[in-house]
Amino acid sequence: MAETLAGEDGFPVVARFHVSRRAYLAPDGTGLRRLPSFAFDSALLVSFFRAMVLARAFDLKAVSLQRTGRLGTYAAALGQEAVGIGIASAMREEDVLLPSYRDNAALLWRGVKMEEILLYWGGDERGNRSSGPAHDFPYCIPVGSQAPHAAGVAYAFKFRKEPRVAVCLFGDGATSKGDVWEAMNFAGVHKLPLVFVANNNQWAISVPLKLQTASETLAQKAIAAGFAGEQVDGNDVIAVRAAAEEAIAAARGGKGPRLIEAITYRLGDHTTADDAGRYRPPEEVQRRWKEEPIARLRAYLVSQRAWGKAEEEQLARECQERIDAAVERYLTMEPRAPETMFDHLYAELPKFYAPQRDELKGGTHA
Amino acid sequence: MPESTLVEAVNLALARAMRDDPNVIVLGEDVGVNGGVFRATVGLQQRFGTERVIDTPLSELLISGACVGMAAQGLKPVGEIQFMGFLYPCIDQLVNHASRLRRRTQGRLSCPMVLRAPHGAGIRAPEHHSEATEAMLAHIPGLRVVMPSSPERAYGLLLAAIRDPDPVVFLEPTRIYRAAKGPVEDNGEALPLDVAFVLRQGRDLTLISWGAMVREALAAAEQLAADGIAAEVIDLATLKPYDEETVLNSVSKTGRCVIVHEAARTGGFGGEIAALVAERALLSLLAPIARVTGYDTIIPLPRLEQHYMPSVGRIVAAARKVYQFG
Repeated sequence: MAETLAGEDGFPVVARFHVSRRAYLAPDGTGLRRLPSFAFDSALLVSFFRAMVLARAFDLKAVSLQRTGRLGTYAAALGQEAVGIGIASAMREEDVLLPSYRDNAALLWRGVKMEEILLYWGGDERGNRSSGPAHDFPYCIPVGSQAPHAAGVAYAFKFRKEPRVAVCLFGDGATSKGDVWEAMNFAGVHKLPLVFVANNNQWAISVPLKLQTASETLAQKAIAAGFAGEQVDGNDVIAVRAAAEEAIAAARGGKGPRLIEAITYRLGDHTTADDAGRYRPPEEVQRRWKEEPIARLRAYLVSQRAWGKAEEEQLARECQERIDAAVERYLTMEPRAPETMFDHLYAELPKFYAPQRDELKGGTHA
Repeated sequence: MPESTLVEAVNLALARAMRDDPNVIVLGEDVGVNGGVFRATVGLQQRFGTERVIDTPLSELLISGACVGMAAQGLKPVGEIQFMGFLYPCIDQLVNHASRLRRRTQGRLSCPMVLRAPHGAGIRAPEHHSEATEAMLAHIPGLRVVMPSSPERAYGLLLAAIRDPDPVVFLEPTRIYRAAKGPVEDNGEALPLDVAFVLRQGRDLTLISWGAMVREALAAAEQLAADGIAAEVIDLATLKPYDEETVLNSVSKTGRCVIVHEAARTGGFGGEIAALVAERALLSLLAPIARVTGYDTIIPLPRLEQHYMPSVGRIVAAARKVYQFG
């Protein structure tokens, strides 16, 4: 929109923007300002806390399975649990999640079973068939390439006039890809019911944010696409949830897309195949541990007398039991017959492929 | 029966598919108000509205990626890429997503999309507008790659592609968009995918081609007939998965195989067919297999493009050599 105020150069200013950062809890768990109304429901906050603790315990277990040769490469979300839980908890079942490979916490909240996640990272596509919402997308491995899918999904919702929202999660590295920009641009043009979430964990494998972009924020990348972007403290689950709730409601209400940049930190390696010690100083990681989301929410809940030592111990036992049971189910799941690699290649396998499948099966090649 | 050009047949098929199925969405650059740079989508937006015929931003990756998302939601998107040379930003989406969404979710999600793009040289177009790189698409498991060679097959195969439950790349031979004219009955009847068409019967030699080159192959067969050589002409039509049986039956009968394609030779799809024949019909062969193809160089700008593409003369010469072998 044109403004009449003159800029420093004397020419009229034709666009202005600002980006704000939302935070409610300080790293020590004390309140920074009045909390949003949902946060007065301590049972809800406790459910977030439990989900974050479970997600972290699950991640740790997955890493240990990988270290002992029982799981493939795995991308843990250590320190970023508030992003997954804050976003996923604001979604409805019928909304569609388009996650990146690190969004284990969000998937767990959406109802994907732990053994399914393990099965996928353990090298079996059946893990992606998943017990989560039927329309959710599986993990996206090529960075940011799920963003255009989110635009297509959201277009379908708008086209059919369904009050549903697509939620696309990606990392800071993804914002350097054309995929994310092209999706945001299209979403802006068509005012699609789509919420983009940039999990800004500061590192794309070994590349720090300052080498990723000269932009002051990732949130402002939305502004060029014609919609609002905001930063939230991604280690404050209340802030993430509040931003997600607002953005999803706006999208559902026909007000178009939003971008949420959740500022957090990747406390662990990129994946189990990575050693972050090669490229980042341990002091930085130590410092960031003081800001992590679980201790922060715990401190707040304890201050509200909504959580205590007994609950903590019981939760730890529960997580352990659930995870052990899931690991057991994963480890005892038999691999499928080799020829199943041709299953679901097409709706119906064209006869062209039959000889190859039969060869694999041990039959005769035509 | 009314006559249509190939591009008109594409338009008829799109309109028919959109009329029959409200889930069919057309999207691409300039496909709406302008009716497409080749006029393939002319009239569709007026008839079906801006929600179903989307003028997208200039954003090929988005076009292909949005198709994946729409298709996963049960729509039937038909994306248009203006020229094959601009399709390469879509390769990531085709290889990593469209072709494997069904398999990587074990059937939970699927991807019934069509990506249309003009294919090939011969219209004196600028650089990057004359590509024939179908072989790299045909390499991808999970995709279908289809290329019509006449208005009738453009109509029937495009309808089949749109109705197919899996992703299809539909390559339209630019050179014969208007040069090919033929009877097309707009009756909504699809032609089968994965099936090659025997366009001319012959006992002496098999000419296998696809897309615009089928016309040259047919013209070559006509000249060869004057010499008393009866060439069978096969339009492969679907490159992936292709109709091995029709190829093998024909070569087993004729004992001679000449493959014609516009694309560069090395790694071209002709090599795949030659390998099939060598593996499965070697003892039927009376002569070595021949390939008549574009050269292994960058397709030249228009002043030289006619020298790049296989001509009727080159096909006839190769066929004679094969016929006279031994």
